[in-house]
Amino acid sequence: MSAVERIPILKIGDVLLASIQVDLQDRDVLALQEDLAEKITATGAHGVVLDISAVDIVDSFIGRMFATIASTSRLFDAHTVVVGMRPAVAITLVELGLTLGEVRTALDLEKGLAILAELGERAPR
Amino acid sequence: MSAPREDIPIGADEDVVRVRQIVRSFAQRAKLSLVDQTKLVTATSELARNTLTYGGGGTAVVELLGEGRRQGVRASFQDEGPGIPDLTLALTDGWTSGRGMGLGLSGARRLVDEFDLDSEVGRGTTVTVVKWSR
Repeated sequence: MSAVERIPILKIGDVLLASIQVDLQDRDVLALQEDLAEKITATGAHGVVLDISAVDIVDSFIGRMFATIASTSRLFDAHTVVVGMRPAVAITLVELGLTLGEVRTALDLEKGLAILAELGERAPR
Repeated sequence: MSAPREDIPIGADEDVVRVRQIVRSFAQRAKLSLVDQTKLVTATSELARNTLTYGGGGTAVVELLGEGRRQGVRASFQDEGPGIPDLTLALTDGWTSGRGMGLGLSGARRLVDEFDLDSEVGRGTTVTVVKWSR
């Protein structure tokens, strides 16, 4: 068995950024979900950005994990934005019939951060 | 020369990733478009996970097909698991017997050109998909 691939989580202001650069095994995705939940509670972050610009497929398992990450983040008062989805991945997801639940999407990191900033302003803390 | 073919045992998480990578390289050799490559790889990822989760492991066979001027990739997933009692139900969107979302089989079928499901309760399941270059 190969080791679990831990995806680095970076903190920028009150946003956490996880950039997925490897072909994910199911347990890597589960590890990311746990690591993010811990990091949100430890830092009090209000937003999570999942950068999938290097991801060449999203199947139903990976897609469902994105939705789970978003739902979990909401419990800690954080919003999740998935950024950088490749066109071929988006077309495939629609045909597969997958909806991403509470997950917001944005074309790129800049627009993703803008969405999080806007969501933060709408609900002042 | 025999047609290019690869047999991949499926027994753990990382084998699903291996299936994806090998199917991707075959899809490139068959000159599938990027979207069609992505659809085929996604479909085989679903099916390989089914083989692992529901079939208790098995084998994937990936082959390059040539028919006239068009090329294609066939991927077949075989297990000797419990089999599927109700094929119509198993192919229904949203129906799941396990932890999934019920999109694996029905979703995979939508992503490929040919789809064949052969299952016998107590004997196992074989799912075969084909995607052709256009």
